[in-house]
Parts: sequence; structure tokens; C-alpha cells
Amino acid sequence: MVEFNLPANSKVGVGKTINAATGAKRAKTFKIYRWSPDDGQNPRVDTYVVDLDKFGPMILDAIIYIKNNIDSTLTFRRSCREGICGSCAMNIDGTNTLACLKAIEEVKGDVKIYPLPHMPVVKDLVPDLKHIYAQLASIKPWLQSQSPAPSRERLQSPEDRAKLDGLYECILCFCCSTSCPSYWWNGDRYLGPSILLQAYRWIVDSRDEMTGERLDNLEDPFRLYRCHTIMNCTKACPKGLNPAKAIAEIKKLMVQRR
Amino acid sequence: MANGSGRPLSPHLQVYKLPRTALLSITHRITGVGLAVGTLLLTWWLVAAATSPAAYERAQHFIGSFFGLLLMFGWSLALYYHLCNGIRHLVWDAGKSFELSEAERGNQIVIGAAAVLTVLTWIIGLAVW
Repeated sequence: MVEFNLPANSKVGVGKTINAATGAKRAKTFKIYRWSPDDGQNPRVDTYVVDLDKFGPMILDAIIYIKNNIDSTLTFRRSCREGICGSCAMNIDGTNTLACLKAIEEVKGDVKIYPLPHMPVVKDLVPDLKHIYAQLASIKPWLQSQSPAPSRERLQSPEDRAKLDGLYECILCFCCSTSCPSYWWNGDRYLGPSILLQAYRWIVDSRDEMTGERLDNLEDPFRLYRCHTIMNCTKACPKGLNPAKAIAEIKKLMVQRR
Repeated sequence: MANGSGRPLSPHLQVYKLPRTALLSITHRITGVGLAVGTLLLTWWLVAAATSPAAYERAQHFIGSFFGLLLMFGWSLALYYHLCNGIRHLVWDAGKSFELSEAERGNQIVIGAAAVLTVLTWIIGLAVW
């Protein structure tokens, strides 16, 4: 359902300000969304003024610095710090991206950081991904075959392998799905760009033998066709992939098989 | 997303900087609604023409008034925008023009074409009026 406003328990208030940059040559202000399940209060935005000379160049460096040195209660996911694990996906300066791949100097003015949009918040910058993982499971993201297993690997021509380029690189950070207004309004039934890109990744895999069933599963006014080519997904993808195009390819296959 | 967990919903429209493709997309929907409403005006005009010279005169007078012309201008702009962007959707449905650079060029073409067609229509319309 389209609901432009946030529910009452989700309205964001103003939090505390901590200036940790006295005497800094290069001070920068970070405004970060905070919510704790423990104090019964609404979310708020805390302000941290920090010295850019104290840590590395990326947004992730800044929030790790804040957590280690200023406010240990700040909560976020991170792991690889090099754009391959997808953990530190968040909304930075109005766009979803990975904190580890986003340079602080790319952001003009104050750095505003929110969790991935339109998601239930577990704490601070940590969204609850239960539902989207269930959606991923629903498209059976693994190779399915009916023919007997060969004695060695299932071979693939270089041309067929090339069809997976631009798809297999997806790290499931969900920057795209949570940037999509269609997913915001209909995420309960619409699968969203990340899951549909995954679906297409298995549909075009020459070794997979369940293409028809996969398309049957997507033939639904909501699961697939809530995509209106808004293109926020492609714009947001920190890996430079194109979920909008993958969805269009699925729609084309739906027409072709009629 | 509905969740009975007591967890807050993270901000969405409130914080997202919508890219231009998104703004054009919502404009497509708004102009679609506008065209449906505008069709009522067209219907009124046709019904008035079929009813009586006096009713037709009233409709003509309203449409020719400043407010009426303003509505007609908005309607023509909405029509051309919706038409041009609709054609663009056909291109997308063919699986083409999905690179970000192509999408941005599409944005410019749609906006430019809608503006040019609207202005041309009004130049011709006002010339023959």
C-alpha cells in the first residue's frame, strides 16, 4: 500500500550532538539515524562532528571511528570493507550505497546516514532482512536440473557463460530493492529488483533445466509486474549492475513463450 | 512493509534523493490521472455541442476564458508528455535503453519533445483561432 508518511512510532526526532573535532583542521558533520529497541523512544538523528584527519577516506571509516572513539552504542553491519560482502549497505546522502565504497569527499555538506529505506529497523543502521531473504528463497537461487548428474561438471559454452556477466556479481546488499518506490509500497508481494535479478541469473543459466517453472513462478501481477522501470535500482547499485534491464529481460521472456 | 514487531519503519521518501528517471516516472502517472480528468472537459464540450447552441456557447466561453486556456495548456502538455514517455516505455519493453547514460538521454528527449510539441500546438492553435 502506498503510505507516504512514516507511522507514528517511526517519526524521526532530533537527538544529541557530540563535537569531537575541537581544533580540527578538517571537521565534518555526520548526522546518523539512531533507534534502540530498549528505551521505548522514537528514532532520532544524532550529530557527530569529527576530524577527518583521524581516519580513512570512506564513510565506513568514519562510522567505525565514531563507534570506536565517540559513541560505542552506534550499531551497523560491516565486514569486508571492500565492497564484496554487502553488509554495510545504507542510505548515505539520499542514495543507497555501500558505506565502504562511498568516499566522504563525495558528499557535499553534512553527511546524512539512514538505514536502507522502508525497512523494519532492528537497531540504528541495521534493517531486518528476514522478509527479503524469504523472497530470495522463494525463487530457488540454485541450479536445478532433471537430467541425471553427469560424471563431471555440467559444461557451459563461453557464450552461455557470458550471459551471466552482470548478474553473478550481485552481492545481495539490497541497495536496489530498498531504493525502489514500487518495493516500498508493495514489498510484501513484489519481489523487487535484487530478487528478480537473481531470478534472471538462474533463468538464463544454460545449465539450469527449470526455466519454465521459474517463469511460471514469476508470472504474477505483483511478483514481477510491479516494476514500472523507475530505474532507481540501477542508479543505486554499488556494483554497477543493471537490475532494471534484468527485469525487462524476464518480461520479454514472458511474452516470447506465449 | 507491515511488521508487527514494534520496530520502526526506516525513512524512505523523506530522505531519498529521487533520480531524474524516478521523477519522470511519477510525472508519467500524474499526467495519466490528469488526462483522465481532462477527458471530462472534452466530454462536456462534446455533450454541450450535441445539446444546444446555448450550451455549446457556454462551454466555448469557459474553455476560451483564461482559466479554461490554462487547463487546456496543462492538458496538452500532459498529453504530449504522457505520449512521449509512453513511447519510451515501448522502447524499454523491447529491452533497450537501460544504461544509465541512455536513460538520461531518454529523460532529455521526452522532456524536450513534450515541450516542443506543446509549444507548436499552441502556436498553430492560437494562429488559427
